[in-house]
Amino acid sequence: MNRVVITGIGVYSCIGKNLDEVKDSLYNGRSGIVLDPVRKQFGYRSGLTGYLEKPQLKGILDRRSRIMLPEQGEYAYMSTAEALKIAGMDHDFLEHNETGIIFGNDSTAQPVIEANDIVREKKNTMFAGSGAVFQTMNSTVNMNLATIYKLKGINFTVSAACASGSHSIGLGYFLIKHGYQERIICGGAQEVNIYSMGTFDALGAFSIRENEPTKASRPFDRDRDGLIPSGGAATVVIESLESAQRRGAKILGEVIGYGFSSNGSHISNPTVEGPLRSLNMSLKDANIEASEIDYINAHATSTPQGDMSEAQAINEAFGECKPPVSSTKSMTGHECWMAGASEIVYSLLMMQNNFVAPNINFENPDEFSAKLNIADVVKEQNIDVFLSNSFGFGGTNSSLIVRKWK
Amino acid sequence: MNKEEIISKVNEFLIEEFEVSADKITPDAPLKETLELDSLDYVDLVVIIEGNFGIKVHQEDFATIRTFDDLYNYIITKSAQTTVA
Repeated sequence: MNRVVITGIGVYSCIGKNLDEVKDSLYNGRSGIVLDPVRKQFGYRSGLTGYLEKPQLKGILDRRSRIMLPEQGEYAYMSTAEALKIAGMDHDFLEHNETGIIFGNDSTAQPVIEANDIVREKKNTMFAGSGAVFQTMNSTVNMNLATIYKLKGINFTVSAACASGSHSIGLGYFLIKHGYQERIICGGAQEVNIYSMGTFDALGAFSIRENEPTKASRPFDRDRDGLIPSGGAATVVIESLESAQRRGAKILGEVIGYGFSSNGSHISNPTVEGPLRSLNMSLKDANIEASEIDYINAHATSTPQGDMSEAQAINEAFGECKPPVSSTKSMTGHECWMAGASEIVYSLLMMQNNFVAPNINFENPDEFSAKLNIADVVKEQNIDVFLSNSFGFGGTNSSLIVRKWK
Repeated sequence: MNKEEIISKVNEFLIEEFEVSADKITPDAPLKETLELDSLDYVDLVVIIEGNFGIKVHQEDFATIRTFDDLYNYIITKSAQTTVA
Protein backbone atom coordinates (compact mmCIF):
# COMPACT_ATOMS: atom_id res chain seq x y z
CA MET A 1 0.00 0.00 0.00
CA ASN A 2 1.30 3.44 -0.91
CA ARG A 3 0.94 6.45 1.34
CA VAL A 4 -0.84 9.25 -0.53
CA VAL A 5 0.25 12.85 -0.10
CA ILE A 6 -0.91 16.22 -1.34
CA THR A 7 1.74 18.22 -3.16
CA GLY A 8 -0.31 20.91 -4.90
CA ILE A 9 -3.46 22.91 -4.26
CA GLY A 10 -5.15 25.72 -6.15
CA VAL A 11 -8.44 27.55 -6.01
CA TYR A 12 -10.54 30.10 -7.90
CA SER A 13 -13.61 31.01 -5.89
CA CYS A 14 -15.97 33.78 -4.88
CA ILE A 15 -13.83 34.48 -1.79
CA GLY A 16 -10.58 34.81 -3.74
CA LYS A 17 -8.92 34.15 -7.08
CA ASN A 18 -5.88 32.40 -5.57
CA LEU A 19 -4.70 30.75 -2.35
CA ASP A 20 -3.48 33.96 -0.70
CA GLU A 21 -6.73 35.84 -1.27
CA VAL A 22 -8.78 32.85 -0.12
CA LYS A 23 -6.69 32.38 3.01
CA ASP A 24 -7.31 36.01 4.00
CA SER A 25 -11.05 35.69 3.35
CA LEU A 26 -11.27 32.51 5.42
CA TYR A 27 -9.40 34.10 8.32
CA ASN A 28 -11.46 37.29 8.21
CA GLY A 29 -14.81 35.63 7.62
CA ARG A 30 -15.43 37.44 4.34
CA SER A 31 -18.50 36.43 2.37
CA GLY A 32 -18.50 36.17 -1.44
CA ILE A 33 -22.30 36.29 -1.79
CA VAL A 34 -24.13 38.99 -3.79
CA LEU A 35 -27.63 39.69 -5.09
CA ASP A 36 -27.74 39.30 -8.88
CA PRO A 37 -30.66 41.26 -10.41
CA VAL A 38 -30.29 39.33 -13.70
CA ARG A 39 -31.40 36.16 -11.91
CA LYS A 40 -34.55 37.85 -10.70
CA GLN A 41 -35.37 39.08 -14.23
CA PHE A 42 -34.72 35.56 -15.54
CA GLY A 43 -37.32 34.08 -13.18
CA TYR A 44 -35.38 32.92 -10.16
CA ARG A 45 -37.16 32.89 -6.82
CA SER A 46 -33.82 33.92 -5.24
CA GLY A 47 -31.26 36.21 -6.87
CA LEU A 48 -28.53 35.35 -4.37
CA THR A 49 -25.31 33.82 -5.72
CA GLY A 50 -21.58 33.62 -5.23
CA TYR A 51 -19.88 36.17 -7.50
CA LEU A 52 -16.70 35.46 -9.50
CA GLU A 53 -14.77 37.50 -12.03
CA LYS A 54 -14.28 35.71 -15.34
CA PRO A 55 -10.60 34.76 -15.85
CA GLN A 56 -8.88 36.45 -18.78
CA LEU A 57 -7.17 33.62 -20.64
CA LYS A 58 -6.37 35.38 -23.94
CA GLY A 59 -2.59 35.47 -24.15
CA ILE A 60 -2.33 32.56 -21.69
CA LEU A 61 -4.06 29.81 -23.66
CA ASP A 62 -4.18 29.58 -27.45
CA ARG A 63 -7.43 30.06 -29.39
CA ARG A 64 -8.09 26.35 -29.85
CA SER A 65 -7.80 25.68 -26.11
CA ARG A 66 -9.97 28.67 -25.20
CA ILE A 67 -12.90 27.95 -27.50
CA MET A 68 -13.30 24.46 -26.03
CA LEU A 69 -13.41 25.65 -22.42
CA PRO A 70 -16.77 26.34 -20.78
CA GLU A 71 -17.03 28.69 -17.80
CA GLN A 72 -16.20 26.08 -15.17
CA GLY A 73 -13.34 24.85 -17.34
CA GLU A 74 -11.81 28.32 -17.21
CA TYR A 75 -12.03 28.31 -13.44
CA ALA A 76 -10.52 24.81 -13.38
CA TYR A 77 -7.64 25.90 -15.58
CA MET A 78 -6.86 28.71 -13.13
CA SER A 79 -6.96 26.51 -10.04
CA THR A 80 -5.01 23.74 -11.75
CA ALA A 81 -2.29 26.09 -13.00
CA GLU A 82 -1.83 27.32 -9.42
CA ALA A 83 -1.80 23.78 -7.99
CA LEU A 84 0.69 22.45 -10.56
CA LYS A 85 3.02 25.38 -9.94
CA ILE A 86 3.04 24.59 -6.23
CA ALA A 87 3.52 20.89 -6.99
CA GLY A 88 6.50 21.72 -9.20
CA MET A 89 4.99 19.95 -12.23
CA ASP A 90 5.50 21.88 -15.47
CA HIS A 91 4.26 21.00 -18.97
CA ASP A 92 7.41 19.07 -19.78
CA PHE A 93 7.19 16.98 -16.61
CA LEU A 94 3.51 16.16 -17.19
CA GLU A 95 4.09 15.19 -20.80
CA HIS A 96 6.83 12.76 -19.89
CA ASN A 97 5.71 11.37 -16.51
CA GLU A 98 2.41 9.47 -16.38
CA THR A 99 -0.07 11.66 -14.51
CA GLY A 100 -3.81 11.19 -14.29
CA ILE A 101 -6.77 13.51 -13.90
CA ILE A 102 -10.09 12.86 -12.11
CA PHE A 103 -12.23 15.98 -11.82
CA GLY A 104 -15.66 16.38 -10.31
CA ASN A 105 -18.26 18.05 -12.51
CA ASP A 106 -21.99 17.40 -12.84
CA SER A 107 -23.36 19.91 -15.35
CA THR A 108 -22.46 22.17 -18.21
CA ALA A 109 -25.77 23.92 -18.80
CA GLN A 110 -24.79 27.16 -20.51
CA PRO A 111 -22.98 25.70 -23.54
CA VAL A 112 -25.78 23.17 -24.13
CA ILE A 113 -28.46 25.84 -24.10
CA GLU A 114 -26.53 28.41 -26.14
CA ALA A 115 -25.45 25.92 -28.82
CA ASN A 116 -28.98 24.63 -29.29
CA ASP A 117 -30.37 28.16 -29.41
CA ILE A 118 -28.00 28.88 -32.31
CA VAL A 119 -28.98 25.68 -34.15
CA ARG A 120 -32.67 26.41 -33.63
CA GLU A 121 -32.21 29.88 -35.15
CA LYS A 122 -29.89 28.96 -38.04
CA LYS A 123 -31.31 25.49 -38.78
CA ASN A 124 -27.72 24.36 -39.21
CA THR A 125 -25.69 22.51 -36.56
CA MET A 126 -22.40 23.81 -37.93
CA PHE A 127 -23.15 27.28 -36.60
CA ALA A 128 -22.67 25.93 -33.08
CA GLY A 129 -18.96 26.06 -33.96
CA SER A 130 -16.16 23.58 -33.39
CA GLY A 131 -15.77 24.23 -29.67
CA ALA A 132 -19.35 23.54 -28.61
CA VAL A 133 -19.26 19.75 -28.45
CA PHE A 134 -16.28 19.84 -26.12
CA GLN A 135 -17.98 22.37 -23.85
CA THR A 136 -21.30 20.54 -23.72
CA MET A 137 -20.14 17.17 -22.39
CA ASN A 138 -20.08 16.52 -18.67
CA SER A 139 -16.45 15.43 -18.90
CA THR A 140 -15.52 18.82 -20.36
CA VAL A 141 -13.14 19.82 -17.57
CA ASN A 142 -11.29 16.51 -17.74
CA MET A 143 -10.97 16.45 -21.52
CA ASN A 144 -9.79 20.04 -21.73
CA LEU A 145 -7.20 19.89 -18.95
CA ALA A 146 -5.93 16.49 -20.13
CA THR A 147 -5.39 18.03 -23.57
CA ILE A 148 -3.84 21.29 -22.39
CA TYR A 149 -1.38 19.47 -20.11
CA LYS A 150 -0.88 16.40 -22.40
CA LEU A 151 -1.66 14.03 -19.53
CA LYS A 152 -0.96 10.32 -20.02
CA GLY A 153 -2.61 8.68 -16.99
CA ILE A 154 -6.17 7.93 -15.90
CA ASN A 155 -8.71 10.38 -17.30
CA PHE A 156 -12.39 10.48 -16.34
CA THR A 157 -14.95 12.66 -14.62
CA VAL A 158 -16.80 12.02 -11.38
CA SER A 159 -20.44 13.10 -11.40
CA ALA A 160 -21.84 12.68 -7.92
CA ALA A 161 -23.88 15.84 -7.39
CA CYS A 162 -22.54 17.98 -4.54
CA ALA A 163 -20.08 15.27 -3.49
CA SER A 164 -18.36 15.16 -6.93
CA GLY A 165 -15.21 17.01 -5.88
CA SER A 166 -14.79 14.95 -2.73
CA HIS A 167 -15.24 11.60 -4.47
CA SER A 168 -12.71 12.68 -7.13
CA ILE A 169 -10.05 12.97 -4.42
CA GLY A 170 -11.23 9.76 -2.74
CA LEU A 171 -11.02 7.77 -5.97
CA GLY A 172 -7.62 9.25 -6.80
CA TYR A 173 -6.44 8.34 -3.30
CA PHE A 174 -7.55 4.72 -3.77
CA LEU A 175 -5.84 4.42 -7.16
CA ILE A 176 -2.54 5.71 -5.80
CA LYS A 177 -2.81 3.79 -2.53
CA HIS A 178 -3.22 0.55 -4.45
CA GLY A 179 -0.41 1.30 -6.88
CA TYR A 180 -2.31 1.96 -10.11
CA GLN A 181 -1.14 5.57 -10.51
CA GLU A 182 1.73 7.62 -9.11
CA ARG A 183 0.10 11.02 -9.32
CA ILE A 184 -3.36 12.36 -10.13
CA ILE A 185 -4.76 15.87 -10.56
CA CYS A 186 -8.05 15.84 -8.64
CA GLY A 187 -10.57 18.60 -8.13
CA GLY A 188 -14.01 19.95 -8.70
CA ALA A 189 -15.52 22.66 -10.90
CA GLN A 190 -18.85 24.44 -10.84
CA GLU A 191 -20.45 26.82 -13.34
CA VAL A 192 -22.16 29.94 -11.93
CA ASN A 193 -24.18 31.21 -14.91
CA ILE A 194 -27.94 31.79 -14.80
CA TYR A 195 -28.72 28.61 -16.77
CA SER A 196 -26.94 26.35 -14.29
CA MET A 197 -29.08 26.75 -11.20
CA GLY A 198 -32.63 27.59 -12.29
CA THR A 199 -33.88 24.03 -11.83
CA PHE A 200 -32.38 23.92 -8.33
CA ASP A 201 -33.99 27.29 -7.51
CA ALA A 202 -37.28 25.73 -8.61
CA LEU A 203 -37.22 23.51 -5.52
CA GLY A 204 -37.38 26.56 -3.25
CA ALA A 205 -34.12 25.44 -1.64
CA PHE A 206 -32.33 28.80 -1.95
CA SER A 207 -32.27 31.51 0.71
CA ILE A 208 -34.41 34.55 -0.03
CA ARG A 209 -32.70 36.79 2.52
CA GLU A 210 -31.97 39.11 -0.40
CA ASN A 211 -31.77 42.28 1.67
CA GLU A 212 -28.67 40.89 3.44
CA PRO A 213 -26.68 38.82 0.90
CA THR A 214 -23.63 38.31 3.13
CA LYS A 215 -25.82 37.11 6.00
CA ALA A 216 -27.94 34.77 3.90
CA SER A 217 -25.74 31.69 4.14
CA ARG A 218 -25.96 30.66 7.80
CA PRO A 219 -25.28 26.93 8.19
CA PHE A 220 -26.37 25.45 11.53
CA ASP A 221 -28.07 28.73 12.55
CA ARG A 222 -31.62 28.46 13.80
CA ASP A 223 -32.83 31.19 11.42
CA ARG A 224 -31.36 29.89 8.14
CA ASP A 225 -33.76 29.72 5.20
CA GLY A 226 -31.83 27.91 2.48
CA LEU A 227 -28.56 27.66 0.60
CA ILE A 228 -26.93 30.08 -1.85
CA PRO A 229 -25.55 28.62 -5.11
CA SER A 230 -21.95 29.43 -5.92
CA GLY A 231 -19.02 27.97 -7.82
CA GLY A 232 -15.54 28.21 -9.28
CA ALA A 233 -12.93 25.46 -9.14
CA ALA A 234 -10.42 23.84 -6.84
CA THR A 235 -7.56 21.48 -7.61
CA VAL A 236 -5.77 19.02 -5.33
CA VAL A 237 -2.69 17.27 -6.71
CA ILE A 238 -2.09 13.95 -4.98
CA GLU A 239 0.76 11.47 -5.43
CA SER A 240 2.46 8.55 -3.80
CA LEU A 241 4.84 9.46 -1.00
CA GLU A 242 7.61 7.76 -2.93
CA SER A 243 6.96 9.88 -6.02
CA ALA A 244 6.82 13.09 -3.99
CA GLN A 245 10.03 12.33 -2.14
CA ARG A 246 11.81 11.26 -5.32
CA ARG A 247 10.91 14.60 -6.92
CA GLY A 248 11.83 16.53 -3.79
CA ALA A 249 8.32 18.01 -3.71
CA LYS A 250 7.05 19.90 -0.71
CA ILE A 251 4.39 17.77 1.01
CA LEU A 252 1.33 19.76 2.11
CA GLY A 253 -0.59 16.96 3.82
CA GLU A 254 -1.41 13.26 3.68
CA VAL A 255 -4.77 11.80 2.68
CA ILE A 256 -5.32 9.05 5.23
CA GLY A 257 -9.01 8.22 5.00
CA TYR A 258 -11.89 8.03 2.54
CA GLY A 259 -15.39 6.93 3.39
CA PHE A 260 -18.45 6.72 1.17
CA SER A 261 -22.02 5.56 1.33
CA SER A 262 -25.42 5.91 -0.25
CA ASN A 263 -28.48 6.75 1.80
CA GLY A 264 -30.72 4.32 -0.04
CA SER A 265 -33.61 6.64 0.61
CA HIS A 266 -35.19 9.82 -0.83
CA ILE A 267 -33.58 11.60 -3.80
CA SER A 268 -33.22 14.95 -2.01
CA ASN A 269 -34.16 14.46 1.65
CA PRO A 270 -31.11 13.69 3.78
CA THR A 271 -30.71 10.98 6.39
CA VAL A 272 -28.56 10.71 9.51
CA GLU A 273 -27.60 7.09 9.02
CA GLY A 274 -26.10 7.48 5.50
CA PRO A 275 -23.59 10.22 6.35
CA LEU A 276 -22.78 8.46 9.62
CA ARG A 277 -21.70 5.35 7.73
CA SER A 278 -19.50 7.50 5.48
CA LEU A 279 -17.94 9.23 8.50
CA ASN A 280 -17.25 5.97 10.30
CA MET A 281 -15.83 4.35 7.17
CA SER A 282 -13.34 7.20 6.73
CA LEU A 283 -12.23 6.91 10.37
CA LYS A 284 -11.78 3.15 9.95
CA ASP A 285 -9.84 3.61 6.71
CA ALA A 286 -7.60 6.18 8.42
CA ASN A 287 -7.20 3.81 11.38
CA ILE A 288 -7.67 6.63 13.87
CA GLU A 289 -10.06 7.38 16.73
CA ALA A 290 -12.68 10.11 16.47
CA SER A 291 -10.79 11.97 19.22
CA GLU A 292 -7.83 12.44 16.88
CA ILE A 293 -9.83 14.74 14.54
CA ASP A 294 -8.91 18.38 15.31
CA TYR A 295 -11.37 20.03 12.92
CA ILE A 296 -14.43 19.09 10.89
CA ASN A 297 -15.26 21.02 7.72
CA ALA A 298 -18.97 20.28 7.57
CA HIS A 299 -20.98 19.87 4.40
CA ALA A 300 -23.73 22.03 6.00
CA THR A 301 -25.25 24.12 3.21
CA SER A 302 -27.67 26.27 5.24
CA THR A 303 -30.80 24.23 4.56
CA PRO A 304 -32.68 23.30 7.73
CA GLN A 305 -33.09 19.58 6.96
CA GLY A 306 -29.56 19.03 5.64
CA ASP A 307 -27.84 20.84 8.49
CA MET A 308 -29.91 19.12 11.15
CA SER A 309 -29.19 15.66 9.75
CA GLU A 310 -25.46 16.32 9.50
CA ALA A 311 -25.37 17.78 13.01
CA GLN A 312 -26.92 14.58 14.34
CA ALA A 313 -24.45 12.41 12.39
CA ILE A 314 -21.46 14.44 13.62
CA ASN A 315 -22.77 14.37 17.16
CA GLU A 316 -23.23 10.60 16.95
CA ALA A 317 -19.64 10.02 15.81
CA PHE A 318 -17.88 12.88 17.65
CA GLY A 319 -20.23 13.70 20.53
CA GLU A 320 -17.75 12.77 23.21
CA CYS A 321 -14.74 14.67 21.83
CA LYS A 322 -16.49 17.68 20.24
CA PRO A 323 -13.85 18.89 17.75
CA PRO A 324 -14.38 22.40 16.30
CA VAL A 325 -16.81 22.37 13.40
CA SER A 326 -17.42 25.01 10.76
CA SER A 327 -19.04 25.20 7.37
CA THR A 328 -17.06 27.39 5.00
CA LYS A 329 -20.22 27.53 2.90
CA SER A 330 -21.25 30.30 5.30
CA MET A 331 -18.78 32.46 3.30
CA THR A 332 -18.65 30.79 -0.11
CA GLY A 333 -22.22 29.63 -0.52
CA HIS A 334 -22.71 26.12 -1.87
CA GLU A 335 -20.05 25.42 -4.47
CA CYS A 336 -21.86 22.20 -5.43
CA TRP A 337 -19.72 19.98 -7.75
CA MET A 338 -16.63 21.91 -6.66
CA ALA A 339 -17.34 21.95 -2.92
CA GLY A 340 -15.75 18.65 -1.92
CA ALA A 341 -12.45 19.70 -3.48
CA SER A 342 -12.52 23.37 -2.45
CA GLU A 343 -13.24 22.44 1.15
CA ILE A 344 -10.11 20.27 1.23
CA VAL A 345 -8.19 23.30 -0.04
CA TYR A 346 -9.82 25.61 2.53
CA SER A 347 -9.10 23.16 5.35
CA LEU A 348 -5.49 22.70 4.22
CA LEU A 349 -5.03 26.49 4.27
CA MET A 350 -6.31 26.47 7.85
CA MET A 351 -3.96 23.61 8.71
CA GLN A 352 -0.98 25.42 7.18
CA ASN A 353 -1.79 28.66 8.99
CA ASN A 354 -3.01 27.32 12.34
CA PHE A 355 -6.58 28.56 12.43
CA VAL A 356 -10.15 27.35 12.15
CA ALA A 357 -12.19 29.52 9.80
CA PRO A 358 -15.39 30.85 11.29
CA ASN A 359 -18.85 29.58 10.51
CA ILE A 360 -20.08 33.13 9.95
CA ASN A 361 -23.70 34.06 10.66
CA PHE A 362 -24.01 31.37 13.33
CA GLU A 363 -25.92 33.35 15.93
CA ASN A 364 -28.43 30.95 17.47
CA PRO A 365 -28.21 27.15 17.45
CA ASP A 366 -31.08 24.78 16.88
CA GLU A 367 -31.56 21.72 19.08
CA PHE A 368 -29.04 19.66 17.07
CA SER A 369 -26.34 22.23 16.29
CA ALA A 370 -26.38 23.20 19.99
CA LYS A 371 -24.65 19.87 20.66
CA LEU A 372 -21.71 20.68 18.35
CA ASN A 373 -18.62 22.79 18.99
CA ILE A 374 -19.25 25.27 16.16
CA ALA A 375 -16.58 27.92 15.58
CA ASP A 376 -18.64 31.09 15.23
CA VAL A 377 -15.49 33.23 15.16
CA VAL A 378 -12.00 32.48 13.87
CA LYS A 379 -10.06 30.24 16.25
CA GLU A 380 -6.27 30.25 16.41
CA GLN A 381 -5.32 26.62 16.87
CA ASN A 382 -3.14 23.82 15.56
CA ILE A 383 -4.79 21.30 13.24
CA ASP A 384 -3.02 17.95 12.90
CA VAL A 385 -5.94 16.06 11.36
CA PHE A 386 -9.12 17.30 9.71
CA LEU A 387 -12.19 15.65 8.24
CA SER A 388 -14.27 17.07 5.39
CA ASN A 389 -17.82 15.93 4.60
CA SER A 390 -19.64 16.18 1.28
CA PHE A 391 -23.13 14.94 0.51
CA GLY A 392 -25.27 15.09 -2.63
CA PHE A 393 -28.63 14.43 -4.26
CA GLY A 394 -29.45 10.78 -4.61
CA GLY A 395 -28.00 10.19 -1.17
CA THR A 396 -24.32 10.08 -2.16
CA ASN A 397 -21.94 10.73 0.76
CA SER A 398 -18.18 11.21 0.94
CA SER A 399 -15.83 11.87 3.85
CA LEU A 400 -12.11 12.58 3.55
CA ILE A 401 -9.50 12.74 6.30
CA VAL A 402 -6.21 14.61 5.88
CA ARG A 403 -3.25 14.64 8.25
CA LYS A 404 -0.54 17.28 8.58
CA TRP A 405 2.82 16.21 7.19
CA LYS A 406 5.55 16.36 9.82
CA MET B 1 -18.43 44.62 -52.83
CA ASN B 2 -15.29 44.74 -55.04
CA LYS B 3 -12.28 42.44 -54.72
CA GLU B 4 -10.28 44.85 -52.53
CA GLU B 5 -13.18 45.21 -50.13
CA ILE B 6 -13.64 41.44 -49.93
CA ILE B 7 -9.92 40.90 -49.31
CA SER B 8 -9.93 43.54 -46.60
CA LYS B 9 -12.97 42.01 -44.90
CA VAL B 10 -11.60 38.44 -45.10
CA ASN B 11 -8.24 39.47 -43.68
CA GLU B 12 -9.94 41.38 -40.89
CA PHE B 13 -11.92 38.42 -39.59
CA LEU B 14 -9.09 35.93 -40.08
CA ILE B 15 -6.78 38.13 -38.00
CA GLU B 16 -9.45 38.46 -35.32
CA GLU B 17 -10.64 34.85 -35.23
CA PHE B 18 -7.37 32.98 -35.73
CA GLU B 19 -5.15 35.49 -33.93
CA VAL B 20 -2.59 35.72 -36.72
CA SER B 21 -0.52 38.85 -37.33
CA ALA B 22 -1.48 40.89 -40.39
CA ASP B 23 1.98 40.75 -41.99
CA LYS B 24 1.76 36.97 -42.34
CA ILE B 25 -1.24 37.23 -44.65
CA THR B 26 -0.12 37.57 -48.25
CA PRO B 27 -1.95 36.35 -51.40
CA ASP B 28 0.50 33.49 -51.99
CA ALA B 29 0.86 32.39 -48.36
CA PRO B 30 -0.49 28.91 -47.60
CA LEU B 31 -3.83 29.21 -45.76
CA LYS B 32 -3.59 26.08 -43.61
CA GLU B 33 -0.03 26.58 -42.40
CA THR B 34 -0.31 30.35 -41.88
CA LEU B 35 -3.49 30.09 -39.81
CA GLU B 36 -2.33 26.80 -38.23
CA LEU B 37 -5.67 25.20 -39.09
CA ASP B 38 -6.55 21.73 -37.85
CA SER B 39 -9.61 19.74 -38.90
CA LEU B 40 -11.79 21.40 -36.25
CA ASP B 41 -10.84 24.92 -37.36
CA TYR B 42 -12.44 24.44 -40.79
CA VAL B 43 -15.84 24.28 -39.08
CA ASP B 44 -15.26 27.74 -37.65
CA LEU B 45 -13.88 29.00 -40.98
CA VAL B 46 -17.09 27.91 -42.74
CA VAL B 47 -19.24 29.57 -40.07
CA ILE B 48 -17.30 32.84 -40.30
CA ILE B 49 -17.44 33.00 -44.09
CA GLU B 50 -21.16 32.17 -44.19
CA GLY B 51 -21.84 34.68 -41.44
CA ASN B 52 -19.90 37.49 -43.13
CA PHE B 53 -20.86 36.96 -46.76
CA GLY B 54 -24.17 35.09 -46.62
CA ILE B 55 -22.92 32.36 -48.94
CA LYS B 56 -23.21 28.59 -48.58
CA VAL B 57 -19.80 27.04 -47.98
CA HIS B 58 -18.96 23.33 -47.95
CA GLN B 59 -16.02 22.00 -45.95
CA GLU B 60 -14.93 19.80 -48.87
CA ASP B 61 -14.40 22.93 -51.01
CA PHE B 62 -11.30 23.66 -48.94
CA ALA B 63 -9.54 20.75 -50.62
CA THR B 64 -8.78 23.09 -53.54
CA ILE B 65 -8.23 26.28 -51.53
CA ARG B 66 -4.51 26.36 -50.79
CA THR B 67 -3.56 30.04 -50.58
CA PHE B 68 -5.21 33.19 -49.32
CA ASP B 69 -5.71 34.25 -52.94
CA ASP B 70 -7.58 30.97 -53.58
CA LEU B 71 -9.86 31.83 -50.64
CA TYR B 72 -10.52 35.38 -51.89
CA ASN B 73 -11.37 34.09 -55.37
CA TYR B 74 -13.62 31.35 -53.95
CA ILE B 75 -15.60 33.91 -51.95
CA ILE B 76 -15.81 36.30 -54.91
CA THR B 77 -17.08 33.53 -57.20
CA LYS B 78 -19.58 32.22 -54.63
CA SER B 79 -20.80 35.73 -53.86
CA ALA B 80 -21.38 36.43 -57.54
CA GLN B 81 -23.35 33.16 -57.90
CA THR B 82 -25.47 34.04 -54.88
CA THR B 83 -26.15 37.52 -56.24
CA VAL B 84 -27.14 36.17 -59.67
CA ALA B 85 -29.36 33.51 -58.12
